Amino acid sequence: MELSSLTLRSAQEMLRSKQISSVELTQAMLDRIRKIDPQIQAYVTVTEDVALEQARRADERLATSENVTPLTGIPFGVKDCLSTKGVRTTCSSKILENYVPQYNATVIDKLADSGAVMLGKHNMDEFGMGSSCENSAYFPTRNPWDLTRVPGGSSGGSAAAAAAGLGLFSIGEDTGGSVRMPAGFCNVTGLKPTYGRVSRYGLIALASSFDSIGPMAREVYDVAAVTEAIAGLDKRDSTSSTLPVPQYTQSLGKSVKGMKLGIPKEYFVAGMEAGVESAIHKAIQQFEALGMEIHEVSLPHTKYGLPVYYLILFAEASANLARFDGTRFGLSVRDGAEDVIDVYLRTRAAGFGDEVKRRIMLGAYTLSAGYYDAYYLKAQKVRTLLRQDFEQAFEQVDALIAPTCPTTAFKIGEKTADPLEMYLSDIYVTATNPAGIPSLAVPCGFSQGMPVGMQLMGKHFNEETLFQIGHAYQQVTDWHKQLPPLG
Amino acid sequence: MTQIIDTKTVKHVAFLVRMGISDGEAQSFSQQFSAIIDFFNLLNEVDTHDTPPATQVIHANMVLREDAAQPSMPREDFLKNAPESEEGYVKVSTVLGEE
Repeated sequence: MELSSLTLRSAQEMLRSKQISSVELTQAMLDRIRKIDPQIQAYVTVTEDVALEQARRADERLATSENVTPLTGIPFGVKDCLSTKGVRTTCSSKILENYVPQYNATVIDKLADSGAVMLGKHNMDEFGMGSSCENSAYFPTRNPWDLTRVPGGSSGGSAAAAAAGLGLFSIGEDTGGSVRMPAGFCNVTGLKPTYGRVSRYGLIALASSFDSIGPMAREVYDVAAVTEAIAGLDKRDSTSSTLPVPQYTQSLGKSVKGMKLGIPKEYFVAGMEAGVESAIHKAIQQFEALGMEIHEVSLPHTKYGLPVYYLILFAEASANLARFDGTRFGLSVRDGAEDVIDVYLRTRAAGFGDEVKRRIMLGAYTLSAGYYDAYYLKAQKVRTLLRQDFEQAFEQVDALIAPTCPTTAFKIGEKTADPLEMYLSDIYVTATNPAGIPSLAVPCGFSQGMPVGMQLMGKHFNEETLFQIGHAYQQVTDWHKQLPPLG
Repeated sequence: MTQIIDTKTVKHVAFLVRMGISDGEAQSFSQQFSAIIDFFNLLNEVDTHDTPPATQVIHANMVLREDAAQPSMPREDFLKNAPESEEGYVKVSTVLGEE
């Protein structure tokens, strides 16, 4: 069995035809993680016991063919910001180093019910704050395509694991590109679903009005199958949608002829690496060859997307992270503290990394009296305009195409000195989250040996269209089949 | 317009969010914050006179469950993560007066 190139779909077929058992597949994955992951460091925690037990139960289901879902017996890993009962959940932060949730996130429950097999928890930028996975308090994850480069962030561990075949799919989380940007850097397919499509219950929040949990895998079919399993209404998340979940895998294979693809002209301006730009243009030609109509559209407020995103994110994160104060859970620095305030000060000083400190403080600053109107409220107003841009564009076209990042994966350490420069790498992926729309990242070529990703953005709850277009592209291209040079 | 966020302001905000920071950190945060806030001032270009602020992400109703009591997490499970506990309660540092 060639694990490195195995897809979720091909593993499904092997499990159902009894060519392999889930225990064998899971054991092989665990062995591969032991062999390959020390150079990549995608996993923070490997849950061997949980995985083998879930695999045994999946094999029982497969043996009787009862209650078998597309994910039964399929091993996966999950970003370490989703709560897993009895399994340490760190957000790659010192403040949660020993935190063991006593309940599962809804997504984890749904995956367990479907019979999927959890291999472990993925490294990330601390609390999702970063674009390179270098802000993990433990270690940076490395890009499987070039170990001297970053995998992107913040779901860097999840993207690297999916690219390196250390799990057949990953569950990432996208607050402002955190699934799509690393998917592009690592040559995997990844979805940021519509806000509200997937329950956020049990997700350790970064920015509650942006956070979207989404899968990453080798191809569109795999991502569609996982989305089908994790999406849907949840009584424990009041923002989860009541809309029924379509059978996404059923829409694959439909022709895209006559569909309209929009090119947002504001995305194709100076600053894009030449190899990225030419890969995206070739993809557009490919869509034209598939019979799609190509239209230039305008999203006039594009350049304000990044400041709107970061302003609102800082404010929401500042409020969300107030809970980490050493009282009820997590790190608590009590020795030598003078009083309860001093416990908070010491705990948060010791528990948070620099980027988390910066964002919490800037959030409080922009929310404070005298600055609230100028920053937070202003950002929420421009957010309305950003959303209107997309609404108007989607009156003309079915989907929009853009790169996931202006460059390919950068070197480890290249952007850590200047936080603002790091923020700029998110320029193409942040506007979608304030608007709440879905976006699918699909591999579309290489620039100087490193993967290039494109994203297909769609209307609210129109994941089906994005899967249909992405799948059609993957039927006529093989970029997504290219594998990193690993053993 | 370059707005300088001096170290005094940085320290004030740090205390508001209960973040212990050193003098050195205050210094580097001061420079970084000034640059980041300056970047945010880009939004001043946009006329939002007649634009309402966004208040919800998706145009949809909130899903609310019936307001009925339900079993919650067992106390002993909740306390497993508490730094200190005593007789079924989370133990915190003294908030008022001397110990």
